[in-house]
Amino acid sequence: MATMIEAENLTKYYGEQRAVDDLSFTVQPGVVTGFLGPNGSGKSTTMRLILELDAPSSGDVTVNGKHYRDHAAPLHEVGALLEARSVHTGRSAYNHLLALAQTHGIGRRRVDELIDLVGLHDVARKRAGKFSLGMGQRLGIAAALLGDPSTIMLDEPVNGLDPEGILWVRHLLRGLAAEGRTVFVSSHLMSEMSLTADHLIVIGRGRKIADMSTDEFIRQASGGLVLVRTPQAAELEALLSGPDVTVTAAGPGLLEVRGLTAVQIGEAAAANQLVLHELTPQQASLEEAFMTLTRDDVEFKAAELEPEEAVL
Amino acid sequence: MSAVSQAQQIPRLAHTGRVTQLRVALSEWTKLRSLRSTLWSLFAGVLLTILLPVLFAAITSSHWGSMSPHERADRHPLDIALAGVNVSQLAIAVLGVLVITGEYSTGMIRASFTAVPKRLPVLWAKTAVFAVVAFLLMLPPVLIAFFASQAILSRHHILQISFSHPGVARSIIGGAVYLMLVGIFALGIGAIVRNTAGAIATFAGIFFVIPPLMNILPSNWNHAISKYLPSEAGRQLFSLTHDANSFSPGAGALLFVGYCALTFAIAAVLLVRRDT
Ligand SMILES: Nc1ncnc2c1ncn2[C@@H]1O[C@H](COP(=O)(O)OP(=O)(O)OP(=O)(O)O)[C@@H](O)[C@H]1O
Ligand SMILES: [Mg+2]
Repeated sequence: MATMIEAENLTKYYGEQRAVDDLSFTVQPGVVTGFLGPNGSGKSTTMRLILELDAPSSGDVTVNGKHYRDHAAPLHEVGALLEARSVHTGRSAYNHLLALAQTHGIGRRRVDELIDLVGLHDVARKRAGKFSLGMGQRLGIAAALLGDPSTIMLDEPVNGLDPEGILWVRHLLRGLAAEGRTVFVSSHLMSEMSLTADHLIVIGRGRKIADMSTDEFIRQASGGLVLVRTPQAAELEALLSGPDVTVTAAGPGLLEVRGLTAVQIGEAAAANQLVLHELTPQQASLEEAFMTLTRDDVEFKAAELEPEEAVL
Repeated sequence: MSAVSQAQQIPRLAHTGRVTQLRVALSEWTKLRSLRSTLWSLFAGVLLTILLPVLFAAITSSHWGSMSPHERADRHPLDIALAGVNVSQLAIAVLGVLVITGEYSTGMIRASFTAVPKRLPVLWAKTAVFAVVAFLLMLPPVLIAFFASQAILSRHHILQISFSHPGVARSIIGGAVYLMLVGIFALGIGAIVRNTAGAIATFAGIFFVIPPLMNILPSNWNHAISKYLPSEAGRQLFSLTHDANSFSPGAGALLFVGYCALTFAIAAVLLVRRDT
C-alpha cells in the first residue's frame, strides 16, 4: 500500500467563497513536501479536507489509498497539527494526550515519551489554556506523533517557536522523512522551507501554481538575472539590447540584464572590447521566487476571473 | 529545553490498535474527569439536591405550629425531599451542554474528530459516560435528601412517609433517573446548537419558559397540551400523584426518552454532515 496523500480536483466553497479550487496533487513518502501560499490561499482548508473535518464541495482526497474516515486506526495513518488550536483549554497537556491516545488503545508510557520528546515535561500537568503559543505548538506536535503515523501533516508548525524550536522542528521533519514517512508541512517562512522541504507545492487563491522540487523552483524563479558593472554602461546597453533581452540601469555604471547568460554577456563585451568590472549571475531567494510567482498568479487570476464571476 | 535541541528519533509504537467504541468511551471518561468545570457542576448538583430538601424540611418544621390546616394539607413529604431536583437539573443540564459545546468552543472537537473521524462513536461515548456518571452521582443525593428531610420532620412528628410506601421508592429513584435524562437531553441540544450560550438558552426555553407560557392558554388546551412537554413528561418520573391531565410515570418517562431519542437523531445526522 502506497503511503501518500492524493488529492484529485479538490474544491471547497464556503458559501460564495471559493477556498480551494480544483486542486490536484500527490504528496510522496520519504521527502518533506512544503505547502506554500499567501494568506487565505487555502492551505489550512486543504489540510482540513484531507482529514475530512470539512467535506469537499467536489473532488476527492485519500490518504494511503483510503478516505481518512475509513481507516480503522486513523492516528496511525496521519498525525496532524492544525492551524487553529485543537485543545480544551481547561485540560492538562497530559490528559489531553491521554484522551487522544486512549481512542486507539495507546498506553500512558507513550504519552510520557512524547511529552518528554517535545520538551513539555515540566508543564505537562498544567492547564493547556495557560500555554504560550510555542508550548501549544509543541503539544500539537506531540499529539501528531502519538500514533507513530506514516504520514505527518503540520500546518505552520514553526509558528510561535523560538529559534531553537524552529531548528528542532526542521531536524524532526527531516528525520521523519528519512524514515520513509510522508511529511506535508505548510509554512509562511519561505526561507525556512528552502532549508526543510525537498519538494514544494505552491498555491494561490486555492489553485495550484507550482509543484516541483525546491531546487528547480528556485532555478526557475531566478529568471536569469545577471548583474553587470561597467564604466561603459551606455555602450554595453546598446550592444546587448534585443527582442528577448531587457537591460535596466540599476545605478551609475550598473546594469541588470535579463535574457542572457553571464557567459553570453562576457563574450559579447570582450568581442567589442568593453571593460567589465563585475559580472554576477543572481540567485533569487525562495522568498523572492515565491512572491514573484504568487503575485503573477493573483494578477493573472484577477484579470481572468472577473468576467467569469460576473456571469455566475 | 535542552532535550529539544538534539534531533531525536521518534520512539516507535510497539503495536497498533484500532478505534473501538469501548476505547472511545474510556477516552471520554478521561475527558470528563479531567476538567475542573465538570467537577464543579457535578458538585453543585449533588449539593443542591441534598441541601435544599434539608433546608425546606427545617423551615417547614419550625413553622408548622403557625400554619393553617389548609397550608398543612398542602405540604407533601416528597415535594420537600425532591425539592433539590428542580434546581440541580439546571446544573446537570449545563454540564450536559458543556460536555459537547466545550469541545467546539475550544477547538478540541477537531482533535477528537481527527482521532475518531467517524464521529458518531464520540457522541455515543460522551452520552453513555455522562449518563452513567450523572446517574451514579445523583442517586445517593436523592436518597440522602429523602432520609435526611424525613429525619428532620420526624422530630416534630410531621409529614412522615415510608420508603416502602407505594410509589415513594419509584419517585426518589425516578428523581435520579430524571436528572440523568435531563442531562442527556441537554447534551443532545448541545450537539445540535454547538454553542454553549445558545444551547443553554435553548434548554432553558424548553424547560423553563414554555411551560409557564402554557398557563396563558385556555385551561382545557393547557391541560391537553402541557403533559406532552418534555419537562412535564419527565416530571412524572418523580411525582407521586398522577391525574387525568398527566401521564403515568412509565408513559411520561417513555415520552421523555422519546424526546431525547429525537434530539439525538437530529444531532447524529448533523454531526456527520457538518464541517467542523
Ligand atoms: N470555515 C470557514 N468558513 C468560511 N470561510 C472560510 C473558512 N475557512 C476558510 N475560509 C476562507 O477560505 C479561504 C482560505 O482560507 P485558509 O485558512 O485555508 O487559507 P490559508 O492558506 O491557510 O491562509 P493562512 O496562510 O493565512 O493560514 C480564506 O479566504 C478564508 O477566509
Ligand atoms: Mg492557514
